[in-house]
Amino acid sequence: MFTSVDDVSARLAETGYLASPAVATTVFLADRLGKPLLVEGPAGVGKTELAKAVAEVAGARLVRLQCYEGVDESRALYEWNHAKQLLRISAGRDETWDEARTDIFSEEFLLTRPLLTAIRGDDPKVLLIDETDKADVEVEGLLLEVLSDFQVTVPELGTITATRRPFVVLTSNASRELSEALRRRCLFLHIGFPDEELERRIVRLKVPGLDDALARSVVRIVGALRAMDLRKVPSVAETVDWAHTLLALGAGSLDETVVRATLGVLLKHQDDVLKASAKLDLDAL
Amino acid sequence: MTTPAGVAERLTSLVGALRAHGMRIGTGESVDAARAVGELGLADRELLREGLAATLLHGPGQRQVFDPVFDLYFPRGVGGPEQRAAGREDLRDRLADALTADDQQMLGRLAIEAVGGFGGYGSSPESDGWSSYQTLERLRPQTLLARVRDNVRGQGGSTGFADRLLEDEIRRRIDTFRAMVAAEARRRVAERRGRDEIARRAVAPTADRVDFLFAGQDRLAELRRTVQPLARKLATRLAARRRRASRGSIDLRRTLRGSLSTGGVPMKPVLRRRRPMRPELVLLCDVSGSVSGFSDFTMLLVQALHDQFSKVRVFAFVNRIDEVSGLLERGRADPEGLSSRIQGEAAVTGYHGSSDYGMALGEFAERYAEAVGSRTTVFVLGDARTNGSDPNLPAVRQIAERARRVHWLNPEQRSRWGTGDSVAPAYAELVEMHECRNARQLSALVARLLPV
Repeated sequence: MFTSVDDVSARLAETGYLASPAVATTVFLADRLGKPLLVEGPAGVGKTELAKAVAEVAGARLVRLQCYEGVDESRALYEWNHAKQLLRISAGRDETWDEARTDIFSEEFLLTRPLLTAIRGDDPKVLLIDETDKADVEVEGLLLEVLSDFQVTVPELGTITATRRPFVVLTSNASRELSEALRRRCLFLHIGFPDEELERRIVRLKVPGLDDALARSVVRIVGALRAMDLRKVPSVAETVDWAHTLLALGAGSLDETVVRATLGVLLKHQDDVLKASAKLDLDAL
Repeated sequence: MTTPAGVAERLTSLVGALRAHGMRIGTGESVDAARAVGELGLADRELLREGLAATLLHGPGQRQVFDPVFDLYFPRGVGGPEQRAAGREDLRDRLADALTADDQQMLGRLAIEAVGGFGGYGSSPESDGWSSYQTLERLRPQTLLARVRDNVRGQGGSTGFADRLLEDEIRRRIDTFRAMVAAEARRRVAERRGRDEIARRAVAPTADRVDFLFAGQDRLAELRRTVQPLARKLATRLAARRRRASRGSIDLRRTLRGSLSTGGVPMKPVLRRRRPMRPELVLLCDVSGSVSGFSDFTMLLVQALHDQFSKVRVFAFVNRIDEVSGLLERGRADPEGLSSRIQGEAAVTGYHGSSDYGMALGEFAERYAEAVGSRTTVFVLGDARTNGSDPNLPAVRQIAERARRVHWLNPEQRSRWGTGDSVAPAYAELVEMHECRNARQLSALVARLLPV
């Protein structure tokens, strides 16, 4: 898919995803070694975006499995279409049971769910397993077979093996410790907050109307907030939101009034707002 | 796709060093790492670093051990720079310029030069070495702050609102430089002493494996940041235990009673019905200097878990005891100020400042006896060092009789219990005492001992 690490960053940048060297290297390796990519990091740093960008670059279809508490085999892997099977049985009244049985357990009645969809077919695919940590431990066991051998066993049909391996991205917010076995099968990538220069480029890209000096100040203040010990530090998504807000307000430069009025975009807890105001001397006037 | 000769050995010894730091890295990962080296080549060191990190590591906390170890096994260069370092003032001038421009590469070069010029000590081959401490003492980069600030302002590089952040930013740049100096000194020492030994000894372990008693300020701050994620993990684990506990467990009496209608054959096992109740928790924390880091962390952790219990009451003591539940709750936004608030607002010391378990526990049994009931689990946190005073065992016995369970978490290693003024063995006879030296042990204990 990619020829070099630089190729990865260049092509991801074309789709509007600015990758740090760590991200580009790991994506390159995941492609070359054919291993799933486990992405961890705080909310709002672009974990899901990465999978979308890779899919766009590769011209691949994005197959997404959104995990939640209680997601199970029939939601993740496959399910038999019972209603259609019943219709089929009642439609063919005079055939024998053997005929009916071989027919109703055929591909026509199989409802493929994301994991099976990603494995079948020859077109390139990117499989995104989002918020893996929200799923129950049992689902991890299911993922192990799929991710190590890229095959799924359907008892009535036999084992289906991938003819073309999908590029797999798993994301996690680390609200639960994923099992060691699952981690072993993946390349691990931690996306943290970007450095100042990269974040400035992201802001400039996402909010083109913002002038350079203001973008610089925005990123510096967000950087300072992250260095404080807050309950929820602002993420890249919040930085971009803030930049949008400032643009909408038509603020040409930052001053106490503007920052105080818009701090709520960056910080989501009242305690944090109070603390940040104190540290930034917002009440100095 | 072959790896160049010598790289395989280097890779395996890197893996060995990481394993010595408690990381679980299997052969499969080593093979993947070698394949990654084959794909990425050795030309770009930073790419190699990211590639190895992606294949060898499994969690974010491991990165800060990995980076220094990587620097030792795949060093930037060998030996020192050719030219002798220039004078101290000259170096400081150039350092100020680099800090003004925030030029990372220049800072790196200056760090190498600084260690070469000012870090060497000793003259005989056995006792000489390189010291980052000595380098930084001579160079004193922190004193450049005002100068760099004026430089930046002079250039007009920073104006308006963001200007007030300037000092903090420069402080952070100086800290980066200090870290660079430390890495360079470590690299040079490793050349002398052998890489494996330095990788084991001179690289700090991950925060959750640092002993509470020896953790510095920054390590404790790092630990405090892990409280919320850890609490979330523990809460899911407790919920799982609660689920499991609510089924299973056959009620023999009712099963037999039910079997009478089927001629004594127990057709339907009757399960014990659980009365839903939320357990209560009482924490008694020694907050005297020596163990306050441990107590702080545990208090914050329990506070973060408070919605798992019907009631959490926290008491702090040095030689007198006082309730601090309110202080904890109100100060959730400001965890680093917790210990100073407790020292300032709660009456935890009497006539002197050293800890006295006997007196404090006695006072608790007297004044707050109603806090402990049949549903209460009591945790005592402390090293059980009474400074030679009476341990007051009857008070502990009284608490243990009233409470459902009493656990004592001791941050000292087990082999030191009972040495000096420690009365740990005496207390351990009355209540269960557990060794709890670091955050990893604590989270294991909390997951196991907390009542469900």
